[in-house]
Amino acid sequence: MDNTKRYERLLERYRNGDLDRRSFLGLIGAAGVAYGVQTPFARMAFAQDVTQVRFDGWGGVVSEAFRRHAFDPYTAATGINVVDGTFSGGDEYLAQVRSSQEGEYNIAHLSGVFDYARYVNFGLDVALNIENIPNMELVMDALTNAFRGITPDHLSAVPYNYGTTGLAYNRAYISDEEIREKGASILIDPEYQGKIGGWSDWRTRLWYAALQTGQSPNDIQDMEAAWDAIRAHRDLALKYWGSGAELMSLLAEEEIYVTEGWSGRIAALQEQGHDIGYYDAPNSFGWQECLFVIKGSPVEACEELLNFMLAPETSIAVAEGQNYPPALDGSKVDLGSKIPTLPAYDPSGTLEALTFADPVYWNGNEAEWSETFARVQRGF
Amino acid sequence: MRSGFAIFDHAQFRHYAKQITDMSVEARERRQPWILLSAPLGAVTLLLLVPLVFIVIYSFWLRSAVGPDIAGFHPDNWQRALTDPFYRYILFNTLKIAAITTFFCALLGYPAAYFITRSSGNKLILLLLLMLPFWISYIIRTMSWINILGSSGALNTLLLSTGVISSPIQMLYNEATVILGLVHFLLPFMVLNIYVSLDGIDTNLEDAATSLGATRWQSFLQVTLPLSLPGLAAGGLLCFVLGAGTYITPLILGGPRDAMFANLVFEAIITQLNWPMGSALSLLLLLVLGALVAVYNRFLGMSQLTKGLG
Repeated sequence: MDNTKRYERLLERYRNGDLDRRSFLGLIGAAGVAYGVQTPFARMAFAQDVTQVRFDGWGGVVSEAFRRHAFDPYTAATGINVVDGTFSGGDEYLAQVRSSQEGEYNIAHLSGVFDYARYVNFGLDVALNIENIPNMELVMDALTNAFRGITPDHLSAVPYNYGTTGLAYNRAYISDEEIREKGASILIDPEYQGKIGGWSDWRTRLWYAALQTGQSPNDIQDMEAAWDAIRAHRDLALKYWGSGAELMSLLAEEEIYVTEGWSGRIAALQEQGHDIGYYDAPNSFGWQECLFVIKGSPVEACEELLNFMLAPETSIAVAEGQNYPPALDGSKVDLGSKIPTLPAYDPSGTLEALTFADPVYWNGNEAEWSETFARVQRGF
Repeated sequence: MRSGFAIFDHAQFRHYAKQITDMSVEARERRQPWILLSAPLGAVTLLLLVPLVFIVIYSFWLRSAVGPDIAGFHPDNWQRALTDPFYRYILFNTLKIAAITTFFCALLGYPAAYFITRSSGNKLILLLLLMLPFWISYIIRTMSWINILGSSGALNTLLLSTGVISSPIQMLYNEATVILGLVHFLLPFMVLNIYVSLDGIDTNLEDAATSLGATRWQSFLQVTLPLSLPGLAAGGLLCFVLGAGTYITPLILGGPRDAMFANLVFEAIITQLNWPMGSALSLLLLLVLGALVAVYNRFLGMSQLTKGLG
């Protein structure tokens, strides 16, 4: 209720005779005094009116698509500017957020459900009002449910896209038949010593070690066998890559013939004309990305922006730019002609064909496994 | 009745006034350096000492499995950093790589510095050429080796096209390329320091040695080289400390196993989100390198270092 409404009600009560003249004038006087006293402080409160929202993502074509299809229309509709930041890695970004003041960072394009769980564990989540984000109706339930498993009573993020980390191989040296026959074990095949790559991410290394030792990635029973598989890969690998650009460069320059890789990046290499194959072996690493609203942010303004970002034209443009399928349900939205051809795309809208990391399992072991991997990587 | 003020005559008054003036001049002179130093001291306190205190405090906290760190006084991180053979191995490997890099910088840097010092006329151009790499990002300079030594890089392409080799040689992503990248990065620091030292040597001393029967080689070995050793040591210290503290070069040019101590700090803080352990590790590296600087200062003094940097 605003102040005008309050005064109108007060006047109505006075006119109806519910309030005597002395009380009416007393209340008006008190309101006047209260306004005079709070005015200097109110200026500070006005300064906190939402004038901008900060979004941090992976940059490049994704940022451009967001700017054109979501940020600019959002600013035109609301008058709120969107400050567009980028980060090179999720871990690095979390370190920045943890050392910042509340409200400094607002929305982040985060990887994986385990990132969602990590932010929740650090108390960085908010409770979104989904009714303010009508486009959530178009999102696949399978993706949203993964977040509800961590925060059953609220959501602090909306799903945005998904992909896989599958096997990428140079077709000039490795045939489609060979990769299907060997699967994840090709990454520890001595035949390709010095021509094997791998992401320097402990989760991915352990995931593939589980596949190489015939174990379920979400329930590794024989850890020593998995670490031995990582050691074998380490000794055969030429290089652990640290970014998508490095992955693409190593494959394109033929420094390596086989590695696990991000589906979108491999699709980009294929678009560029490189004869690089992509294969999701059984239990290949599926993941999703979300738009997470960080504690201290102007939640309503963020909800409105999320709705703009989830709009089909924005989601599809971003998906086509980054080569990862959007979180939108293909059975509810026409996703165009390119998206159904992208690696990892699931036309059913259930995502049952993909295996996602169990956030409770992986985050529960993060402290121990990430440190052990650092040692194993260096020969221990 | 005479007032109390009247007991001083004019001479006494002048005497006391002069004393007060002298004192204020002395006090002002004492204060002046502190006033001038207040801005840099403030900056050093705020930007170096205060963060360092935070890092020290953090190193005694503990990381929880999930969620915020556990505050308190826990020596666990220090105990692990000092007793775990893994950290010891990486620390020694880091010092070894820094020492080899410093050796190669000295080997390559001395002739270059000597040439610049003795050249006539084009000294400024040569010095400018020496400084030129600093205008390009260190990361870009490091990555340039991928285009030179890569499977489809310039060197392999040349060797293949001339028929010297039939298939590309794997030259990248090992400890040798890490050292190569570090030498590339640190060489100008060594050359500058040696140059400053050589430039300050009176050439008449070499002439005197020659006139007393020494050959040019003998005069270099017995006159020039000993006099330039402080510059060599200063360059060596700079190269060693900067080399031991780097993490970008092994990240770009190293293989899966290649890591230096700073990589462990980076991983602890960024990848593992274990800020307390990362703080302990970074302080350990600081203490080791600080001890080396202290030893250098004890025997050679820091003045040579500032000359080289200036």
